[in-house]
Amino acid sequence: MSAAPHALRPQAIGAPPASRSVGMTKRPHVTIRGLCKRFDKAVIYDNFDLDIPRGELISVFGPNGCGKSTLINIVAGLIPADAGQILFDGMLLNEIKFGYVFQNYREALFPWLRAFDNIAYPLKMMQVAPAERRARTEKLVAHLGIKLDLNLYPYQMSGGQQQLVSIMRALIVEPEILFLDEPFSALDYEMTLFMREQLQRIFMETGTTTVLVSHDLEEAVFLADRVLLLSRHPARVADFAPVAAARPRTDATLSDPEFVRTKAHCLELFQREVRRA
Amino acid sequence: MRSDYFKPFLPVVGVAGLVAIWSLATWQQWVDPVLLPSPIATFKALWQGMNGGTLGFDFVKTVYRTAASTLIAAVIAIPLGIVLGSSERLYRSLEFVIDFFRSTPASAMFPLFLVLFGVGDETKISVAAFGAILVILFNVAYGVMNARKTRLLAAKVMGASSLRVLFDVTLLESLPQTFVGLRNGVSLALVIIVVAEMFIGSQDGLGHSVFEAQQLFDMPRMYAAIFAAGVLGYGLNLLFLLIERRFVHWAGK
Repeated sequence: MSAAPHALRPQAIGAPPASRSVGMTKRPHVTIRGLCKRFDKAVIYDNFDLDIPRGELISVFGPNGCGKSTLINIVAGLIPADAGQILFDGMLLNEIKFGYVFQNYREALFPWLRAFDNIAYPLKMMQVAPAERRARTEKLVAHLGIKLDLNLYPYQMSGGQQQLVSIMRALIVEPEILFLDEPFSALDYEMTLFMREQLQRIFMETGTTTVLVSHDLEEAVFLADRVLLLSRHPARVADFAPVAAARPRTDATLSDPEFVRTKAHCLELFQREVRRA
Repeated sequence: MRSDYFKPFLPVVGVAGLVAIWSLATWQQWVDPVLLPSPIATFKALWQGMNGGTLGFDFVKTVYRTAASTLIAAVIAIPLGIVLGSSERLYRSLEFVIDFFRSTPASAMFPLFLVLFGVGDETKISVAAFGAILVILFNVAYGVMNARKTRLLAAKVMGASSLRVLFDVTLLESLPQTFVGLRNGVSLALVIIVVAEMFIGSQDGLGHSVFEAQQLFDMPRMYAAIFAAGVLGYGLNLLFLLIERRFVHWAGK
């Protein structure tokens, strides 16, 4: 992962350009400056700037191939950026604790470990003693109130249960920031609805800064405090629209006029971007 | 349901059918009884041979040689396969050599190994090990190379070092393919051992037993030895399947 020396930190972290902090009352958690990334000839990001506010759930939405997943993959260090700087409260990625949930839970979990040991694996990497690993895992499970038989192997569980295990594995380190890459897109609709509820509950419980990539606008708006709408690549911020609806959001929220208006606004921007091709 | 009730017995049908046709053929004398003895005569020879006869001793000899060659092959090929599989460049540069010798009939190596090791057990075991090594090596290397990228990335993102990723993920990911290699390797080793026992001056072993019975025209004993070899081959394959199911419980799920 990108381990640049500390000397490269910019001096003015506390004072991002005013235009970008409009509407943000809190100090940003993540600051992205001058991000560049290209795949072969396609320029995905060209001098891209973004502030991610602390303690909010951000949905990333945009046209196909605009670089939604690329954004969180770069921020989480899965793929290197060509240029640019990403700081978390002024710190580098290797100085913070973060969680990452993959879209493909089947390939992201370890099938040779029971669900319990899958969840505890990041603690093992942090050299936490086995007894404490057990205690912390049990505490997390109890805290989230998730009813799962953790002695099962992943392949003995349903898709939704496996993705819950993935999410718990990401949460076990008490991350400062949680990344989810289209976490529910491989699940059926019934399970997706259930999982949205679970994720909202987890977010309300922990208040962890969360960045969720979604290809479903309703889901993106339903879960988010802010929807980050990206343009076609090279990606620009088309809008960073706040979603005002109170939590916990329920089925009733979906027909709430304010919610419907926000969603329509996002859809309009999205379609404008799609047509721009 | 009736059909479900009979399901476990279906494999028996083929065996019973074969024995029935065989009995009929010998009873009706469709085939010269000298060439095809009756099932009863054959199983009697098998029983007597395995109970205090020489066949039991030959069986144990062949098991020993096959097990030794497979063990040697596994000890050499598994670590080497992991090293080769970990570096795609290294594997690609050696791929042709491995494929070439994998395609060379191991029996063609007998004269060379005879020169190197003489006519003892070492020759048989080392030729069989040579054949099995290439099969196991190739499978282990592919298992390592085809380790799922998401899983490796997941471990890395959770802070695992390269060495940890190797031991915690890559090795376990390659296990199912390693077992494919071991099963194929042990089958090939058995084939080579039996052939070696027939033709390169052996005093014992199932291959020797088959060959000797044929030379003496003792057909029931020859068929008995063939059956013993069949049982051994099937048993070894089954053994590895059971071990695999026990230790690689997640394979194919």
